[in-house]
Amino acid sequence: MERHDVIVVGGGLAGLRAAVEAKLRGADVAVVSLLYPMRSHSVAAQGGINAALGNADPSDSVERHAFDTIKGADYLADQDAVLEYCQDAIERVLELDRWGVPFSRFEDGRIAQRPFGGAGFPRTCYAADKTGHAVMHTVFQQALRLGVAFYNERAVLRLARDEDGVRGLVAMNLQTGELEAYEAKAVIMATGGAGRIYARTTNSHQSTGFGMALAYWVGAPLEDMEFVQFHPTTLYGTNILISEAARGEGGILLNAKGERFMERYAPEKMELAPRDIVARAIWTEVLEGRGFENEYVHLVISHLGADLIMERLPQIWELALKFAGVDARKEPIPVQPGQHYTMGGIETDKHGRARIKGLYAAGECACVSVHGANRLGGNSLLECVVFGARAGASAAEDVQRRGFDGKEAVERALEEVEGRIKVLLERGREEGHSNPYRIRRDMQQAMWEYVGIFRDEEGLRKGVETIRRLRKEYRESAGVPAPPGPFNQGLLDALIIEGMLDVALVVAEGALRRTESRGGHYRTDYPKRDDEKWLKHTLAFYTPEGPEFDYKPVVITRWQPTERKY
Amino acid sequence: MPGRVREGETVRFTVFRFDPKSDKVPYYLEYEVPYRKGMTVLDGLLYILQELDPTLAFRYSCRAKICGSCAMMINGVQRLACETQVADLGRRVKVEPLAHFRVLKDLVVDIEPFLRQMEAVMPYLYPKEDVREPRVSPKEFEKYKSPSDCIWCGACVSACPVAATDPLFLGPAALTQLYRFAVDSRERDDVKPLRLLVADSEGSGVWRCHQVYACAEVCPKHIRPGSLIAELKRMTLKARLTGRI
Ligand SMILES: Cc1cc2nc3c(=O)[nH]c(=O)nc-3n(C[C@H](O)[C@H](O)[C@H](O)COP(=O)(O)OP(=O)(O)OC[C@H]3O[C@@H](n4cnc5c(N)ncnc54)[C@H](O)[C@@H]3O)c2cc1C
Ligand code: SF4
Ligand code: FES
Repeated sequence: MERHDVIVVGGGLAGLRAAVEAKLRGADVAVVSLLYPMRSHSVAAQGGINAALGNADPSDSVERHAFDTIKGADYLADQDAVLEYCQDAIERVLELDRWGVPFSRFEDGRIAQRPFGGAGFPRTCYAADKTGHAVMHTVFQQALRLGVAFYNERAVLRLARDEDGVRGLVAMNLQTGELEAYEAKAVIMATGGAGRIYARTTNSHQSTGFGMALAYWVGAPLEDMEFVQFHPTTLYGTNILISEAARGEGGILLNAKGERFMERYAPEKMELAPRDIVARAIWTEVLEGRGFENEYVHLVISHLGADLIMERLPQIWELALKFAGVDARKEPIPVQPGQHYTMGGIETDKHGRARIKGLYAAGECACVSVHGANRLGGNSLLECVVFGARAGASAAEDVQRRGFDGKEAVERALEEVEGRIKVLLERGREEGHSNPYRIRRDMQQAMWEYVGIFRDEEGLRKGVETIRRLRKEYRESAGVPAPPGPFNQGLLDALIIEGMLDVALVVAEGALRRTESRGGHYRTDYPKRDDEKWLKHTLAFYTPEGPEFDYKPVVITRWQPTERKY
Repeated sequence: MPGRVREGETVRFTVFRFDPKSDKVPYYLEYEVPYRKGMTVLDGLLYILQELDPTLAFRYSCRAKICGSCAMMINGVQRLACETQVADLGRRVKVEPLAHFRVLKDLVVDIEPFLRQMEAVMPYLYPKEDVREPRVSPKEFEKYKSPSDCIWCGACVSACPVAATDPLFLGPAALTQLYRFAVDSRERDDVKPLRLLVADSEGSGVWRCHQVYACAEVCPKHIRPGSLIAELKRMTLKARLTGRI
């Protein structure tokens, strides 16, 4: 059994930042990660990271950043947390610069900042259009420098919990195929988003939301899971992201009739209106027959000139060329909306603590909540560093007052996982078992169709029914015909799919209950925001039969909800 | 010229298989994969995994050439599976693990020795303690911009004839990172000579590079490790001549 004061699950930006903080504060910390850290999906972030540095416009301020975030969130964000988050932002970003992030620069040598959707000022710091790669590698490097311990290619499959909270975890070492037990005084979840519960997503293949299921299974509630962000511009075909930076730099959207249709949806902000608004606008154009091939619209950047494109949007240019065969210097890029970001997640306070002792969360798998019903671009890399650092600090502090003593809980968890694996492998040897990948595909399709950009009661009911039916099928007949051993991807995926189904069900049922429209959650049968009934956070608690729901108030301090217009 | 492949036709994937636990020698399996427009080699491997053979092992994550997981030999060349269009290869695709890496299973190789090489050059910046808000001239930024793009995929190391035969050589990826930090003024000045000493070390450093530039041929991020190593050679010589190291 391995033992560490603090174990961080996940080696993405949030997990690495948490580990660095705990290490700097003297804790014994290890990262247990499914992927080698540098493979984590944070590397895919393109556009940038927000902080009110005021380098582009000195009249920007922490308060304005906070206000934009809260308004963007459609007032579902906790305002106390948002204000502290925007305050921390400045130091966290300057620290990244000191650690070596290759930020793009203004002529005077300061960090360059550019405009981004939903922001009143150019406050997005960036490293060309590879900001996530730049920032995450830098934090990974610092973790190496500080001597953080890494257990890589370990898939955490269960958290171990007893009456006194979370005590450790069980992981599969992919390189040996063996299960391993870990004891810890603090476990920080940093497992990223749940994009892969949807058929069309910008997220990586490993962004499954499984980490959320792990916390949910041991009793931590998932908060606001029905709020899913659909990015307006993903490459038609692969749904690889075409960053908002393309529009920030002046790119425009045209439908098949050549109209700049954003005029009709957000006359003032146009293409730079918040993501949910632009995504719905594009999908409306497509559904009403003004798209190309009933699937996509055009994003045009050619008028920006080849020089600007190659300097500031080189990756977008290359992605469009490699994955869609389009030279964006001359031709329009075919784009359609796709799932992009999971606003909800494991409920935490503003210091990264979950409801259960010994459990913490940060990054996309957590819900503080600073993004409320809709996250602004550039705010989630920031969330990873701000709340990663906070969770790391909280854990380092708390472990001083907690012992190990988790052996029994860990052993119980181990037995449970062994049991599941045995069943999957036994069934795999029988004729007529269900292929977990097929179950996953059906789930992804149902989520896209019924719990997608536009929702209504009828569709949501179908969605819930479908997911429940697939869960049942999974429990009764999923099997894996692959012998145990190293890199048993089929087995690992089957175990993960169980968690994905539970997370998907929380999203679908939460969406069915919420009879209003707010941010990323858009109900055609309830098109208006309803503050009287729904200015509250959703909490979903695990039971074997399905989620149980509760609600809690939103923290409102300075900014009273008003209608969101752009 | 590869034969043209069309929607609905099948492509034959010849896949290297090896499980050191049970197999004495590696072997190849063939799979027929239905072609779809835009299909990448990674898409083909995923099809095999999900529909034909859940025992196939390979690494992948982002599917957008940014995480560095999926470097492998594709029709004999180091490439990222996720950015390689099947249509550019024709009807036959042969996939094998990265050359000169130890195979853990099928297409998965042991990258630990590669990581040790990276760590040996201290691929991290030692921050200055007295500067709160560094300034960086656009000129300096240009120097470390390209090497900062490295995704640690290992393709260059696999292609390098020196690295293939000499386990002591730090290799193109690590030396590229060494250069990247050596030219960054945000780092403490007292670390710089140490970096150049590592570059200069006889059995493992820049002088082992014969400037074959095989690295630059295969780097998916268009970094030119060989050229940066040449620059490091100049920096090292200069430091020696001026007595800095
Ligand atoms: C294409 C794209 C572009 C984006 N652009 C921007 C942008 O410009 N600005 C911005 O602010 N945000 C952006 N975002 C959002 C932002 O990148 C993510 O929200 C953020 O990087 C998530 O980081 P994370 O550390 O929470 O998770 P990740 O980086 O996804 O890391 C998750 C980690 O958890 C590990 N893990 C998962 N499950 C397990 C398990 N069971 N056991 C062990 N380990 C596990 C994985 O191996 C991985 O290391 C973008 C997102 C995408 C998809
Ligand atoms: S230099 Fe290029 S080929 Fe070498 S590891 Fe980095 S990205 Fe890969
Ligand atoms: S899957 Fe990430 S680089 Fe290919």
